Amino acid sequence: MTQQLKMDEVQPRLLDETGQGVLTTPLDRPEGPLKVTGTAPYAAEPSLPGMAIGVLVGATITRGRAHVDAGSLRDMPGVLGVYTAGMARNPAQGTANAAPVQPEGFVQYHGQPVAVVVAETFEQARDAAIAIRVTYDPEPGAEVDPETASHVDGDPETFGSFDKAFSEAPVRIDATYTTKGHSSAAMEPHAALAAWKDGRLMLRASLQMLKYNRNEIADAVGVDPDKVRVLAPYVGGGFGSKLGIAQEAIAAALAARELGRPVRVVMTRQQVFEMTLRRTETRQRMRLATDRDGHIVALGHEDRVSNLPDEVFSEPVTMATHFLYAGANRRYHHEIARINRPGAGSVRAPGEAVGMLALECAMDELAEAAGLDPIELRLRNIPDEHPETGQTYSARSLAACLKRGAERFGWSARRAPGERREGEWFIGMGVATAARTNSLGESQSRVTLNPDGTALVETDMTDIGTGTYAILGQIAAEMLGLPRDKVTVALGDTDFPPAAGSGGSWGASSSGSSVFLGAKAVRNALAEKLGCPPDELRLQDGIATGGNKRSAIADLLDAPISEVGHIKPGETAETHSSASYGAHFCEVAVNAVTGEVRVRRALGVMAAGRILNEKTAASQVHGGIIWGIGAALTEALEHEPRDGRVVNRDLAEYHVPVNLDVPDVEVEFIEERDDHANPIQSKGIGELGISGAGAAVTNAIYNACGVRVRDYPALPDRIFPHLP
Amino acid sequence: MKPFDYIRAETPADAMRADARIIAGGTNLLDLMKLQVETPSTLVDVTRLGMTEIERAENSTRIGALVTNSDLAADPTIRQRYPMLSRALLAGASGQLRNKATTGGNLLQRTRCPYFTDISQPCNKREPGSGCRAQGGYTRLHAILGASEHCIATHPSDMAVAMRALDARVEIESNDGATRILTFDEFYNLPGDTPEKETNLAPGELIVAVHLPDPPAGRQTYRKVRDRSSYAFALVSMAAAVAVEQGRIASAAMAFGGVAHRPWRSPDAEAALVGREPSAELFDEAADILLADARGQGGNDFKIPLTRRVVKAVLTELTGA
Repeated sequence: MTQQLKMDEVQPRLLDETGQGVLTTPLDRPEGPLKVTGTAPYAAEPSLPGMAIGVLVGATITRGRAHVDAGSLRDMPGVLGVYTAGMARNPAQGTANAAPVQPEGFVQYHGQPVAVVVAETFEQARDAAIAIRVTYDPEPGAEVDPETASHVDGDPETFGSFDKAFSEAPVRIDATYTTKGHSSAAMEPHAALAAWKDGRLMLRASLQMLKYNRNEIADAVGVDPDKVRVLAPYVGGGFGSKLGIAQEAIAAALAARELGRPVRVVMTRQQVFEMTLRRTETRQRMRLATDRDGHIVALGHEDRVSNLPDEVFSEPVTMATHFLYAGANRRYHHEIARINRPGAGSVRAPGEAVGMLALECAMDELAEAAGLDPIELRLRNIPDEHPETGQTYSARSLAACLKRGAERFGWSARRAPGERREGEWFIGMGVATAARTNSLGESQSRVTLNPDGTALVETDMTDIGTGTYAILGQIAAEMLGLPRDKVTVALGDTDFPPAAGSGGSWGASSSGSSVFLGAKAVRNALAEKLGCPPDELRLQDGIATGGNKRSAIADLLDAPISEVGHIKPGETAETHSSASYGAHFCEVAVNAVTGEVRVRRALGVMAAGRILNEKTAASQVHGGIIWGIGAALTEALEHEPRDGRVVNRDLAEYHVPVNLDVPDVEVEFIEERDDHANPIQSKGIGELGISGAGAAVTNAIYNACGVRVRDYPALPDRIFPHLP
Repeated sequence: MKPFDYIRAETPADAMRADARIIAGGTNLLDLMKLQVETPSTLVDVTRLGMTEIERAENSTRIGALVTNSDLAADPTIRQRYPMLSRALLAGASGQLRNKATTGGNLLQRTRCPYFTDISQPCNKREPGSGCRAQGGYTRLHAILGASEHCIATHPSDMAVAMRALDARVEIESNDGATRILTFDEFYNLPGDTPEKETNLAPGELIVAVHLPDPPAGRQTYRKVRDRSSYAFALVSMAAAVAVEQGRIASAAMAFGGVAHRPWRSPDAEAALVGREPSAELFDEAADILLADARGQGGNDFKIPLTRRVVKAVLTELTGA
């Protein structure tokens, strides 16, 4: 049976009534020991009999036609085949549900895969992939600089009378910020193992959203989705780069079919940088103005991003700007430059991650111009209703986060720029708001309660390192009154009921709601067996009580009870603006000689509805803040100025923060329930931590030394020339 | 990676083959072989040859070529007598890499120029005569001193910068039985029109040790400026030893990393300091001499003022001025 709910209205807070006490508690991940002992099988690890190995060949021109000479490998040992048909230009965008562009040899960026070389061993395939002769007919029109691009899409959008309100306001700032591109750079590179049997494809891969991925790979190789099974039980990080099916999986599937043998393809570290979807670089002009009381009267956020021609995704830079602060007169202009750099797509918190670097830095500049404390400015501009749609806000603890953070961090000790110095170091503090839109995606899970008092949760949801195994087990255990270790969670298999997948911070709430609904149906069945109304049923430690009756759960069952929970978004998503909120605090030291920055303290106070597991939730915020530090200080995709290729294509030169860049990061959650979000009153946490975090760092830099960095990241040479 | 033969050297003579590339820690060579930037047909593994001793002699310290970077940094003699070298070593790479990387291998590591490490790009160092694509491209990591129209690459080592300041010499044995000892300026070449010829190590030769003369008088330090706080190559680094006697600089040695094709030293800048009272003006004067011929490539122009700031800060620290 299926328990279906469309989220049209507020649901009772059943999880506040249950008594098992395993939800919210900071439990360890059940799969943790497998991962740290190297026994969790990631995509590239299993072998199949007869398996061959493929290595992708990247183009070495920016635009034009590639001609792959398979015959040039005639004498190479072990080579089994060279395949060019159907190679994907770039990975599918998140939730695309269809194949990405397969341009049949037409190159649109340097590094685009044009072939896969398959051999008996990895070493043979890698050598052959370098040796293969590829000739090119370059075509004119390659453009790699978003600032000078000939083709730019996008139109302005205005609310009220922005120009008039801005020009007449007594306090205004007009500042332009830039951010560099980022790579997801997940620890596990993109990897796939494909095998065909009787016209059916089994694909083991590193992916985030299997429901969509199955349709994407089926479309890419031209078969019915019901002929495809996708497996991704363990994923070593995705951050958006594995939302859609990528080139290595399509290549593996096509080569395996042609060759009649299983084929594994793993991207090299360099190829992960060259071929997967990047976070676009941005240029953002912020114009903010207030009245004499610090109320925003005009807000302009105009941006330019880039992507390949025809890609439907563009970084939604102003995502948070639309709902975060008040102001009747608003202007946006989102421009998409069509250029020949690697494709751009979703990378952790698309929109907020870069948009809030500008918005929250601009708020700091505005606070100074208005003569207000930056926290006070933010508090004064928390809107009563969505300033553009008029929607009501669902639970929103922004003010509480700012106030609690200020108290815990010691914000009152902050001094004027340049006033605090320790030896060669300027010391300063910064603050920024965190905000990330929240949403619900259609999801299903099967929950089975067995007569032996164990339970099983099955869904094609993924755990990309986030803690899905932990929280889905906790929700089921809480609902069924079982100790956590009595519940097994099985994920990452399209034979299981389809889930929303991991992405957009919606995974935990969406799949968690489906598990909740499935378990609720199981509870109803138990109540019937016990002979009590469902709302009187109490389940704890394997014992059911209700209606003056009491029984071991196992004694009520002679066969398993299996129910599918099915959640769909509904009316509440239309009537309410839903987001997770928080406040970032940061203390930095800026070297007076070199401009090097060290983050000394960081605190995130966050509110995201019901917290399902305080440990995995805090880990998500930690990771987000660390990436925020990276965005602020170190991370930048560097594109060759003439051909657009990624120059810093390994982890030695693409600078994610290392341990020494990251201080002890403190995280605190504000108690909250979001009744309009979903039936478990939780909200997304995966992308909240990065949203705004980097701006707290650059605001702290300004407070330390008086240098306002508007071009991210704040590398030493962007600071030292301006030091006093 | 091209298929290759692997030989494990049992004696030094085994390693002195003109037809083989030597591998020790392999921390740089293996990465470059995977990219086919390096395509040796034969590798000879020298890691069973000993050469792991740090020996104190009468007027010098001899460091075996296979002493790992971790062991060298932690050695009590090095820490007490040559602290700038310990600091330089610990400022380089990561803990795992330092455990594998050796003294001889560190001297021979290749540039991190991204045009050198991408075989789709022309590079005079990798393919003589093919051109230098770095010029006009992404040049953040590139040289400001001693570059040529053929190559603007930098040497990536931290260790070698400190050794250059310490007047270290490289002991080399040859398959004809000869031993020669080269200063760093004799060992390392500037790019000129043969950027592929980075050192004067000849085929069939093996680095067996590095000699450090007794430490210079005065205080020592190593300072490295980089884009993240660990595991990043130097934008600019400086190793220095300065002695002050009776209010005047008695001796000064300064070497720089991240700025040139080899660890850079300016005898004129050092000479300008000697006999003078330390002051900000004097340090500026030394920086003027050091940087007189400095040329940026656009993306690395900032290294010129940054080097000046580092010179002044380090000399201020060491002289107490």
